[in-house]
This record gives sequence, structure tokens and C-alpha cells, in this order.
Amino acid sequence: MAPKSQKQKSTGGYKRAKPILPDREEVEPVTMESMGHPEIYPLVLTTQTQEIFNCRIDEDVTDEKPYKLIKKEDILADFKNRAAVSDFYPVKKVIQEYPGDDLLVVYDKDFRYGLNFYLIGTEEGKENYLNRPEVPEEQEEYKEHTSEDLYIYKPPISKPWVSLGSEKEIDEESVKESAKQITYMISRKRSEFGAPVKFRDQNASSVKDAYIECTAYPDKNFIVKQLEKDVGMQVVPKVKDTSTQTRWTYPQNASTQYYPREFSEEEKEIFGQSKPLIDFLNNASISVEIALQQNEIMNTFIDDWKCLAEEEGTFGDKTDTHLKEYQSFTDLHNLTENMVTSVSWHPTIYGLIAVSVAVRLSLEDRVHFSGKLLLQPSLILFWSFSDPIHPQLMLESPDDIFCFKFCPSDPNIIAGGCINGQIVLWDITAHADRIENIKTGGSRSKKATLKPMFLLEPDSNKEAMYIRHCAVSSIENGHKKVITDIHWLSDTFEINRMGSVFENRNGICCQLVTCSADCTICFWDIRSQKALTPPPIEKKKEESIEIPFDVPSTFLHLDLSWKPLIKIRLSKGETSLDHCPTKISLSEDHLLYKAQDKILAQSKVVKAGEMNPYHNLEGALANNLKPIEDFCTKFFVGTEEGGVIYTDWKMERDPETGRLMAKKPVSLYAVHDGAVHTVQRSPFYKDIILTIGGWNLAIWKEGITTGPLLQSCCAPKRYTAGHWSLTRPGVFYIGREDGYMDIWDLLEKTHEPAQSQNICITMITYIKPWTFTAKQQFIAIADYYGTLHILEIPWTLSHPSTNEASSMSYYFEREVKHLEYVEQRKKIREQEKKEMELELEKKKTKTYQKSKEQMEAELKADYDNYLELEKNTLINLGLIKVPETMSFMELM
Amino acid sequence: MAEVEETLKRIQSHKGVMGTMVVNAEGIPIRTTLDNSTTVQYAGLLHQLTMKAKSTVRDIDPQNDLTFLRIRSKKHEIMVAPDKEYLLIVIQNPCE
Repeated sequence: MAPKSQKQKSTGGYKRAKPILPDREEVEPVTMESMGHPEIYPLVLTTQTQEIFNCRIDEDVTDEKPYKLIKKEDILADFKNRAAVSDFYPVKKVIQEYPGDDLLVVYDKDFRYGLNFYLIGTEEGKENYLNRPEVPEEQEEYKEHTSEDLYIYKPPISKPWVSLGSEKEIDEESVKESAKQITYMISRKRSEFGAPVKFRDQNASSVKDAYIECTAYPDKNFIVKQLEKDVGMQVVPKVKDTSTQTRWTYPQNASTQYYPREFSEEEKEIFGQSKPLIDFLNNASISVEIALQQNEIMNTFIDDWKCLAEEEGTFGDKTDTHLKEYQSFTDLHNLTENMVTSVSWHPTIYGLIAVSVAVRLSLEDRVHFSGKLLLQPSLILFWSFSDPIHPQLMLESPDDIFCFKFCPSDPNIIAGGCINGQIVLWDITAHADRIENIKTGGSRSKKATLKPMFLLEPDSNKEAMYIRHCAVSSIENGHKKVITDIHWLSDTFEINRMGSVFENRNGICCQLVTCSADCTICFWDIRSQKALTPPPIEKKKEESIEIPFDVPSTFLHLDLSWKPLIKIRLSKGETSLDHCPTKISLSEDHLLYKAQDKILAQSKVVKAGEMNPYHNLEGALANNLKPIEDFCTKFFVGTEEGGVIYTDWKMERDPETGRLMAKKPVSLYAVHDGAVHTVQRSPFYKDIILTIGGWNLAIWKEGITTGPLLQSCCAPKRYTAGHWSLTRPGVFYIGREDGYMDIWDLLEKTHEPAQSQNICITMITYIKPWTFTAKQQFIAIADYYGTLHILEIPWTLSHPSTNEASSMSYYFEREVKHLEYVEQRKKIREQEKKEMELELEKKKTKTYQKSKEQMEAELKADYDNYLELEKNTLINLGLIKVPETMSFMELM
Repeated sequence: MAEVEETLKRIQSHKGVMGTMVVNAEGIPIRTTLDNSTTVQYAGLLHQLTMKAKSTVRDIDPQNDLTFLRIRSKKHEIMVAPDKEYLLIVIQNPCE
């Protein structure tokens, strides 16, 4: 009953001052005016009241029907019964003034208006509430929200003032009159106001005390000069903010897709017909043709001086064309007389050259001394420039090697062909570091003194080791006679049993081709062949053979069981005699002509180091590769009889027997008088081949089947070795059997060598030039007595002149044309010959006819002439008179 | 029609001539011996160049006019014969 008690208090408080307090019964009830609902009066209804008026909470008055209409009379009766105790007492006045009969009491469950019930004091409010029961809810909700923001108005309740010390401050601050105010009253006669004033001057000094002076005097307060002034300053960077508006052009990618304007065919036709175009063309073509002709006549923009000049910066003497001796190597340890059969420079290491030696005996002697020969090892020697006495490495082979080659993709693999028809493979990867660091080991050779040959024991030769071969080919399936040539196939392709060419996925050279004196050419694959039925006998053999521990197992799968992939027999047709190949030249020859760039070599070596492909040779090519179609599978072969054969390695199936047969050779030329020992492609032109044999040489062009481009006449001495120059397209070197070397320069002379130089005393067996740098070029010449000479090629011979390549190609083209011309001339001559014969024939027949008919006439004419002559002579002599019958006849 | 072809053939048969084309005043090819993309490229570029050259000549001397244009490059020579309505372009390789 808070309001009630408050009111009592307030009434009590105000009693002393004024009798403002109204009658208790006329207390203004509290309304919800502040909340915008003046008709709502909050009430507290006790349970007793609720029972009386039947508005018990949760029984009569529920959530669905929170209101109750209570009759006014009941409430008034309640007033009478319970007087002040009645709960409706605070709103008694409202109820008394209420017009209607029924009053609406609403249960305020949420105490929105402060108490648990409220009374709606106006009819309108009642109507509103009853008629729109939803809206009040909304309003209530709205009110709920707003009531949170609004401060519920509580009228201020005055309390007695509690002093907190503020009156002292107020006392201090307030201004009070300290002294009593004195009032003065000044008066004067009114008539004296406003009287005219008279002013006069008076000297101040004359009258005493007429003035009061206030003289100036120096005040001591102001004497002291302030010398120091403490001023606070603040340093502030001057910052100025300005802004402008600019037009920012920013780059933007824009693209336009367009197509050119073109005329259609009809329009072009129309143009073609138009007269102006014709006229224009006629006029324009004149000047155009003049210009074209000018260009054809002469190239006016050539700088003649420039074309004349040779390349500058020649190294060395220009006139010096002599080959200079650089070094020579001879194997002093071997007692037998050897000859050098093949020479090969190491592809990557500078100054390393490998030489294969064979015993210098004829077949008869070989058979005779065969026992002795078996004891001596056949070797490939590795010589280095730094050590002319001791070979760096010695590769051992079962028999004399007649040809060998370094593998282009891995210089540690060497393949060689033996005199007995076997192919031998070496793998010197383990010793590679020994030979690579030869330069540093040069000092020891200098220290070593030259000991005579017989004093040297084989044991003291500690540096050079004998390296056993890795694998040999099968004796039964390989060649039967000496292998005359061996080549590695390029690492870009590989071939299968049919001779079809496939792409080589391995990236390494894995196939070899050999030719031998038993008239066959074999293709070999160094990867293991997947044998369908491995014969058990061979397996046993393999087990029984003990492999020495220091032999690498790279080619173990091939050892003694290596069979060729393809075997081509060069047959001469029906006769049993076959061509005996001595040298072959493939189109994709992988001749290494110069030391590879160190970087390249290193990168390749690094690759090899990670996983040497030769140590993990996979099986033969997968069958799912398609063969390359237009690969040139033809190659040149030189034979022992002096013929040059151009043949194909692709096999074809013989229709009768069903076996794989080699194709017939495309062409065969018998050009040379002796065995062809050199068949070589030019390093500059892929289709120019040099063949040397017997006493002459020939240059061929692949594709020209009429004959060689150039064929030299017979030389005084037999040619025994030859090689193209590596840097000059028109130069090649030929070795003779008397130890002289002929240097041919096709641009200088084509009928004889340009130079001839003596190298050694005996037959030259092999020539191999090599380029190390642009300025240093060596040529290795091997002779019959087993010595290897290294000579340095002078600048003039190693450096091509300007336009040499183009001049050489011109030369070859001219030769080709010459050949064609010759062919044509042949035909023409044949034609002419035929015609001449015909004419002769005709003449013969004519004369024959003549005799029969005309001869008689002629005879008769002759006889008549004779008669006439006789007559005339007789008349002249006077023996016969002129017959008178004539005159008699005339008379008559 | 035949005349046009004959003239062009004659020009084309000269030694070293790589291509011949006739282009109209806007740079659209009318006749050509080269393939389409090359022709279109040459026509467009040379037409612009000819216009520029013509205007240059006339700027220097208005009485003058461009009669022939030859461009010599490392590889070949381009000859342009201009006209009021057409352009004749010939490409020749003078060196052997």
C-alpha cells in the first residue's frame, strides 16, 4: 500500500506549513498518465477482494481472459462494508464518477503498471480494451519496449537536506558586504544648476597648492632586466594537407578481334575485268620490270671490300700449311711386332686417345704361332698427352681387335670387334676417375726415368691396369670372320627384328651394327633379349664360369649368349660369292668430331651418376611403339672387291619361304681397284660420302644413282687410310702406303692432292682428326709399325675460309649437274649415233640402187661422149671429112 | 581478264620473284600469288607505308608525287608501284 502511506506522510509533512492537504478521500489517484494511458489505474487486489469480486487469479481471471467486468454497485457496496480497507479505495473517486455500470478490471500479470490489477476508468477505455483485445496486447508489447527506454516517472519526494560541507564553500565564495554602507546626501540649490560657466587660465606654479603633482619616478620594480626568459616551445612539423582531383588514366588491357576485309571471288573477277586495273597494270608493270631487272643484273648493295676480306684474327702463320709433329706414342712393353688397327679419341677427356693394336702377322703366320699368340693379351691402349711412355689404361680382349668405338652416350662403354668375329664390350666406369685426372698426374711421368724395355718388369707398371672385358658375343650366332667395322646406332632411334625403325625412348645408344668378312652385316642390341625358352644348357655354362670380382656386371646378361638382332647377308644374287663388306656408313652416323662442351658432358655424367642407364638396361623395346615411317633405312657399304653398295637394312618376308630376307641392294658401283677402307659421310653435308680404296677415291652424293660426283685418277701409291677434315668442308686427308699423307682441298685442286707430307716410314693404317678448341686441332695417324703419331693441324688447314661451305655445296651441285649433263649427253650421243648409223645405212642402199639403173645410162652416156670425142678428134686431124649428107639433108 | 593474268604471270616469272599482288586503294587484295594470311599482312602494312610515303613526298613539294617505292631488306626487296586506285606489290629475292 505504498501510495497510501506516502500520501499519509506527505500530508503529515505539509500540515505545519499550510493547510493544503485536501480531504483524505479526495486524494488524486495515481494514473498512468505518464505512460500515455490516463484511464488506467493500477490496483492491488488482495485475495479477499478477489474472492469477493470473483476475479481470482488463474481461476476467474486467466491469461486468455485477463479482465473482469465488475459492477459498480458491488464496488460501492464494498466501500460501505470495508470502508478504507477496501482495495478499491484509492480509486473511489473514479468509480463514483464512472458513468457506466460495469467497470473493467484487468489482471496485470506482468506488473506492467506496477500492481497486479488495473482498473480502466473510462467507458472509452473499456470499449477499446474489450473491442480490440489484440491491439492492447500490441500496445502493451510496444509499451514494454518503450517502457525500457523511458524513465518510469516517479514524483520527487522531498527529503530533509543533509549538509555535506558545501555551505562553507558557498559562504567563502559569496560576496558579502563587510562594512556597513554609508549613505551620503548632497544637495544644492536648484537655482545654481545650469549657471553659465567662466573658465580662466592660471599658472600652476604661481598659486600654492593649486595642483597636485604625481611625478614620475623610477620604480625599482622595473629596474631588473630579465635576461633569461623561460619560454616553452613546441616544434611541430608543418603539415599541410591539400587535395586535388585529378583524372587518373590507368592502363587497361583491351584487345580487338578483327579479320581483314577481303573481296569475294565474284568481286575479284569483276576487278579483273575492269579497264582501269588493266591500264594500271600495264603502266606499273613497266617500272616494276625495270626494277626487277636491275636486281637481276647486279646487286648494288654488296660491299665489295667486305666480301674480299678474309676473317680477321688469324692465329699463327698464314703460310704455314705443314702439319707439325706434336707427340707420338709407342707401346714399348709388348715384345711382338704390332700394328695399329684402329684409333679413337676419347669423346670428353682432353688428350686421351685409345688405340687398338693387333699382331702384324699374316694368316699363315697366325696359325703357325697360334700357341704363342694365345699367351699374349690383345689390348686397347689408352694414351694420354701427359705420359708418352705408360699407357693409362689397358683393356684386355680375347683376341686382336680390329675396330672399336666409344659409346656416344656414355664414354665409359667401349665396343670392339675382334678378329675371330666376336664383339667385345668393356665398361670402365670404375676406372673413369683415374683417366679423368691425368693432367695432375703428369709430374710422375717426368720423374720416372726412361728404363730400357727389357729392364721393365710388368709389375713396375703399377699405373696401368689390365681391365678385363665385360661381355663378348656368342660365338656360334655372331660373325664367323673378322669384324671389319663397328658402329653405335644413334640414340634417337632403334630398330627391331624386321628392320623397322622406332623411337628410342631410352635416350642412350643401345644398338650396334657390325660388318664382317663373312659377308654379313649384323645389328646388335645390348639390352637383354627376352628369350622365350631359355635353353638350359647355356644356363649351366653360365653357372660354371666364374666371373672375376673386378669385372662390372653391366653386360652380364649378354656374356657369351649375345645374339644379333638382324643378320643381313650381302649376296651377289645367284652365285655363292657374296660381297664382303669392309666399312659401312649409316645416314644417322653418330661420329663425334669434337670434345663435347664440358657443361654438357658434366650434366650427362651427373645423370649417369644418379642412375647409370647402362647399369639398368631394360628389356628390348616395347611392342606398342609405332614404327617411324619415312626413316631412311639405307646405308652405304664398301666391299673388299672395291665396290660401293647402297642397300637397305629393312627386312622383308620372302613370299616363298616365309623367312625374313634382306632387301636387294639399291645400287652397286664397282669403282675402286682394291678393298674400300674408308666409307665416310662428310661432317658438313649429310649426303656426301667419301670412299677410298685401292688407288683412287670417289665422292658420292646420296640419291644420285648415276655415279660418283668425283672420281680421282689412279694415284702413284696405294691409299690405305682416309678421313674428312672436321672443320673445312672441302678438305680431307689420305694416308698412303709409303707413309705419306695427302691433303686434298677440293676448292683448290680436284685432280690431285693439294699437299703431301711425310709422316712415317711405313704404311699409314688409320687417320683420325680431332678438334679440342677452335685453335687447337690434332690429327692422329697410326702406322703399320704400331706407332701413333699426333700432329697438330695448322691454322690454314683447320680454319675454313669464308663462304667455304657455300662454295663446296655449289661445287657439289655443279658436279651433280655435270653428271646429269653427262647422262643427257650420253643419250644425245646415242641418238646421234643411231642417226648416223641410219644415214650410213641409207647411203649404202642408195648407192646400190644407183648401180642398177643409172649405171647403164651412165655407161651409155659415157660411150656417146666417147664417140663424139672420137669424131671430133678425127675431124680435127682431117681424117674424116665433114659428111655432106648433112648438108644434102639440110638442102632437102 | 586474261591480260591481267598474263601481266602478272610475266612479272612472277622473273628471277627471284617470291610473290606478286594487286591491292586496291583501301588495302584489300585483289590478286595475289601468296597465301591469304601473308597477302593480307603485306597489303595492310604496305598500303599504310605507301600512303605515308606519298604524303611525305607531297608535303615537301606539292607538285611532286610518288612513283615507285622500293624497300631493300636483308633477305629480300619489296617493290611497290602506286596508283590512284591500285597498288602493285612485288617481293623479290635479289641475292642468289
